[in-house]
Amino acid sequence: MDEILEILEKDARASVEDIAKMLKKKPQSIKQAIKKFEKEGVILKYKTVVNKELIRDTNSEVRALIEVNITPQKNVGFDKIAERIYSFPEVASCYLLSGTYDLLLIVEGKDLHTVAQFVAEKLAPLENVRGTATHFLLKKYKEDGVILKHKDEFKRIAISY
Amino acid sequence: MKTIVSKRVQQLQPSGIRAFFDLVLGMKDVISLGVGEPDFVTPWNIREAGIYSLEQGFTSYTSNKGLYKLRLGIARFLKNKYNLGYSPDEEILITVGASEGMDLSLRALINPGDKVLVPTPGYVSYGPLAELAGGVPIYIDTKKDNFKLTTKTLSKFVSKKPKALILNYPNNPTGVSYTKRELGQINKFLLKHRIICISDEIYGDLTYDFEHTLFASLPGARSNTVYVDGFSKSYAMTGWRVGFVCGPKEIIAAMTKIHQYTIMCVPITSQMAASEALVTGRRAVAQMKREYRRRREFVVDGLNRLGLETALPEGAFYVFPCIKNTGMRALEFAEKLLKEEKVAVVPGGAFGKGFDDYLRISYASSFENLKEALKRIEEFLK
Repeated sequence: MDEILEILEKDARASVEDIAKMLKKKPQSIKQAIKKFEKEGVILKYKTVVNKELIRDTNSEVRALIEVNITPQKNVGFDKIAERIYSFPEVASCYLLSGTYDLLLIVEGKDLHTVAQFVAEKLAPLENVRGTATHFLLKKYKEDGVILKHKDEFKRIAISY
Repeated sequence: MKTIVSKRVQQLQPSGIRAFFDLVLGMKDVISLGVGEPDFVTPWNIREAGIYSLEQGFTSYTSNKGLYKLRLGIARFLKNKYNLGYSPDEEILITVGASEGMDLSLRALINPGDKVLVPTPGYVSYGPLAELAGGVPIYIDTKKDNFKLTTKTLSKFVSKKPKALILNYPNNPTGVSYTKRELGQINKFLLKHRIICISDEIYGDLTYDFEHTLFASLPGARSNTVYVDGFSKSYAMTGWRVGFVCGPKEIIAAMTKIHQYTIMCVPITSQMAASEALVTGRRAVAQMKREYRRRREFVVDGLNRLGLETALPEGAFYVFPCIKNTGMRALEFAEKLLKEEKVAVVPGGAFGKGFDDYLRISYASSFENLKEALKRIEEFLK
């Protein structure tokens, strides 16, 4: 992977100037490279990783992993029905998998009831959906490489040879 | 005053900047660029291997030389990476960090009064260890050659009939390293004048601008070299205390003799973890290296911008800027910087005589810390 991406993946706020210094290149060329990545869709978005485990307000959400079995369609396979499903705003992620079921969805809702309702009223009735299995998420330990736990850091001794 | 402490230890020079160290340790919320170890935690695969070995009940001594599995792993690794073959049975010894490797090398080789060449600036233990072994360190100032030891400089010391040279590259505190060609010249010189090379290559994996060359891999060098290395820096395993030495059978046997009486063996948990490091740790090493390299560019650029002349170091995680044009000496600079801006650096004088115009700055610290520290140094210099 390009080192610019490696840096930005760790810290989306890294400035063009700092990246240029780190890679010993001109800021202008870094800027261009980032533009290109954005244009090509390699860089899709810059976002903040929020640890929702620590937010316990009334707006907190529940998440469910939903396995979906679908009947593929002629010529378009799974893509058409997948698009239909992932277009629902409730669907946060959607993957096509090998194995005993076809699509894996991550669905978000404000409570159990909302998610259940989404499955019962929107998802399950779809013509090509043969069956679903819903797993509610109880606790998140790690997400996208980030461990969601606040750890006390062990301090190195401040000075040593 | 009468003392019960041995004359030999009494004669050891205490570190001139102990007081400064105490000052740093007593202060809170300091951004420390004075640290000689990685800021990464040991990669999980390696830690897990240590934990698993404990669960499995591996809590005994190992053979004096160290776990065969680990020695074999090292032999294979060196063969693969550097095409240099050492016998795990007779030519490799597992030590408590490279520090013990260095101590044993000197004790195994030095007779009373033997001269040991120690290039400076250099790591603090070389001279004292040579003295403890009964030898006489001869310090070689490398400042005028941009901190590189040259055969021209070396030739001035031939008449003193030195027995060994301690070479450390990439170097702590300067980060300077040597190309294969430069090492080749030193090697030829040492062979010609029958000077043994004790080569401390603990930072070898952290070489950024060219491939690291093992000294022992040079033509004819293998039988004339004690190669000292360890897991501390490349795998971020400083606290585990695992190092190793490779060398001619005769020397390793002599070192093992001392090692078995003093240390017995390196803790088995650490050896188990180190063994894992060689297998699954290389990816993490590459990752950390890339990160260090980026920080290096950032820090060197920053310091030069501030008017502190800093050469681009080829390896390790140190830079050694010159602060002459600030009008301050290093210790004064470091003390003031600590008190006024809460940034800790190590005065160059710690690494040899004649380096009071230099600082050692370690970039084994997070990017945020480095950025903030540079800002504070800028403020300080205003």
